[in-house]
Amino acid sequence: MAEAIDYSIFVGKAEDGLAQMSLAIDGIDCAACIAEIENGVKALPGVVRARLNYSTHRLTVAWREETTPDVVVRQLEVLGYRAHPFAGRAEENEARHARWLLRCLGVAGFAAMNIMLLSVSVWSGNVTDITPETRDFFHWISALIALPAAAYAGQPFFQSAVRAIRSGRLNMDVPITIGVTLALGMSVFETALSREHAYFDSAIMLLFFLLAGRYLDHEARRRTRATAGNIAALRGEMAHRLGADGVPVLVPVQALKAGDTILVQPGERVAADGVVASGLSAVDESLVTGETLPRPLKAGDPVYAGSLNGEGALHLTVTAGGENTLVDDVQRLLDGALAEKGAYVRLADRVARLYAPMVHLTALVSAIGWILAGAGVHDAVMIAVAVLIITCPCALALAVPAVQVTATGRLFRAGLLVNAGDMLERLALVDTVVFDKTGTLTLPEPALALPRGADPALVALAGRLALSSRHPLARVVAQRADGAPLENVTELSGQGVEAVLDGRVLRLGSLAFCDAVAPATLPAGASLIAFRHGTQSLVMGIEQALRPDARQVVEALKARGLDVRILSGDRAAAVQPVAAALGIAVAEAGLKPAGKIAVLDALKARGRRVLMVGDGLNDAPALAAAAVSLSPASGAAVTQAQADAVFLGRRLGPVLSAVDGSRTAALLMRQNLAIAVLYNVIAVPLAIAGLVTPLVAALAMSGSSILVTVNALRAARPGRKDEANDARRGAEADALEEVAA
Amino acid sequence: MNVLVYLLPLALLLGIGGLFAFLWSLKSGQYDDLDGAAVRVLADDDLPQQGHADKGRARP
Repeated sequence: MAEAIDYSIFVGKAEDGLAQMSLAIDGIDCAACIAEIENGVKALPGVVRARLNYSTHRLTVAWREETTPDVVVRQLEVLGYRAHPFAGRAEENEARHARWLLRCLGVAGFAAMNIMLLSVSVWSGNVTDITPETRDFFHWISALIALPAAAYAGQPFFQSAVRAIRSGRLNMDVPITIGVTLALGMSVFETALSREHAYFDSAIMLLFFLLAGRYLDHEARRRTRATAGNIAALRGEMAHRLGADGVPVLVPVQALKAGDTILVQPGERVAADGVVASGLSAVDESLVTGETLPRPLKAGDPVYAGSLNGEGALHLTVTAGGENTLVDDVQRLLDGALAEKGAYVRLADRVARLYAPMVHLTALVSAIGWILAGAGVHDAVMIAVAVLIITCPCALALAVPAVQVTATGRLFRAGLLVNAGDMLERLALVDTVVFDKTGTLTLPEPALALPRGADPALVALAGRLALSSRHPLARVVAQRADGAPLENVTELSGQGVEAVLDGRVLRLGSLAFCDAVAPATLPAGASLIAFRHGTQSLVMGIEQALRPDARQVVEALKARGLDVRILSGDRAAAVQPVAAALGIAVAEAGLKPAGKIAVLDALKARGRRVLMVGDGLNDAPALAAAAVSLSPASGAAVTQAQADAVFLGRRLGPVLSAVDGSRTAALLMRQNLAIAVLYNVIAVPLAIAGLVTPLVAALAMSGSSILVTVNALRAARPGRKDEANDARRGAEADALEEVAA
Repeated sequence: MNVLVYLLPLALLLGIGGLFAFLWSLKSGQYDDLDGAAVRVLADDDLPQQGHADKGRARP
């Protein structure tokens, strides 16, 4: 019987008063899973609703009193799926925002179609025999549709423009808002005077195109975030909290508060920052500091979340509860690094900063110019409005987001979740790549290294003995077990485990305990564990194995002209062999978080743009300080929050895909901006000359927008050469993995 | 021109009908899970449920 788990902090109330909970589900691989999961959960007594979202792999369950959340989780385990409850309040807000954008898009689409219906009649009537009365009638109906529709569908732009102006900035939404408002106002005025030209269709079509771009952009980011949220939830961080009666209850880490006492069993990861209340042990802090040698602990010592407990059980008093677990030093460095980062300005914003004043100046100058040239004030204002509509940054506003959406979509399929929208732009400029070692170049979990000529049967026997130990090193050996755990195993604290099989004594533990001598064929820097079976003895190394494609990726990065380096918190003895194996010349070891920042600052001072790839808590400040940062999905949660993108899986390949993808994307963004600028160069003089009718405006705007969007779609297609390379790398990595296994 | 008197309101009504249909479908969550909707249609809900093992064997 599994230990009872207290999930109460994840349970919410549904609209109809039922208890409701969302779960992230792992293991969904085909459509048949939908019915299986839903029916399996609905079969539980008390469950009223179970609905699986196949896009996000989330299950929403609602139940009456008869069921408890852990019954649902256990039922899913029986069905063969790993599930973890989920409190996605931030995501709920995002979903609401996405629906709002879609509603605006729907309204704009409806209005654009109906107004275009009327406008086409007016345009064709203008060259044939439409009567002024009919034209006015059509214009008034257009106004009737356009004004409420623009008031509703334009909200995303109006609100953003107001926010930007309040904080003293200019963004693309400012010219959009001014352009749409002026175009509509002028059209109503013209209609009232029974004139020939009105721009209702242009204004609404503009909103429609812009909303389409904005919705796509938002949706792509939401999908990435949903996947990232699933990874975080499925990590399922739990802690044994000791109740007042001293009985441990398994609770999610989010439920921990400062002052709680938690029990950390041998071999368990520490769930929250705390101080040792009682117990003796040593912790592996490789995820926190990068150091792979265990640090001994006694009562009163601080312990950080993410450390791996050694052989002794610990009672900890929690100092930082829930999601706030973070080492003070790291937090301070992080704040400093973030304050410095604000320097990068998005390409689109840089263009907007130049573009918006220029547009308004051009419109003003052309109006004044026409008045000076002797035209009436009315004609001059009409021309100024035409200039504003033509320059309204439809193509310009689509130019960057459209590429971002397609490029992040492609990277998503390559196993890369992009957190920051401007990451692609920044990554394309990188000239130096800095890797952390532990968990980044190497796999997050340690691997067993055997001396040459080791007897497989002996290793398997050692594995069976190791199944009875909770020591981190023994757990690695236990993966080689070929049968059931041995019986009557005794654990001698600090030495190892012992058992008797067929009259012979078996021992697994320290070299002295097993009376063994380390052979010279084991890799340097590996932790050693010995096994003795009667007269036979075996010494095995536990080492951090390199990611299967690390060598190829490092080579490929170098081939692209990037300077590759290692900055590690680990000992030099552990770092040098890795650097040598990967052919990396510059490798610095033994760096504290502040030391890593200092190195990055020195690089920055020399004008380098650095991509930092790291996973540990000690890397978080360095990630924030670097120009761009990547983190593997196995990394610490805080670190991932700082990273611009997170990559999945055992391979390092996504790092290379990210570099390549960002370079393609940056090229396409520049092309798109060039197209948008070219369009302006042609259309603006026409507008200033007073030659732009509503028909020309409609054609020019939709034409340039479509051109930009089609060009952006090229980012979704990898080049032929890339694809062949990717396939080859994948195959090589698979082969290597098989050899290693 | 008299034809406009009923054609225009008719066109507008049709458009508004489409808009409301869209808003309703949005509100009832039909755009929340586009991948799921595509595969749910293939599920035979009138047949007895197959177990996970069957599904596993059926797959290549």
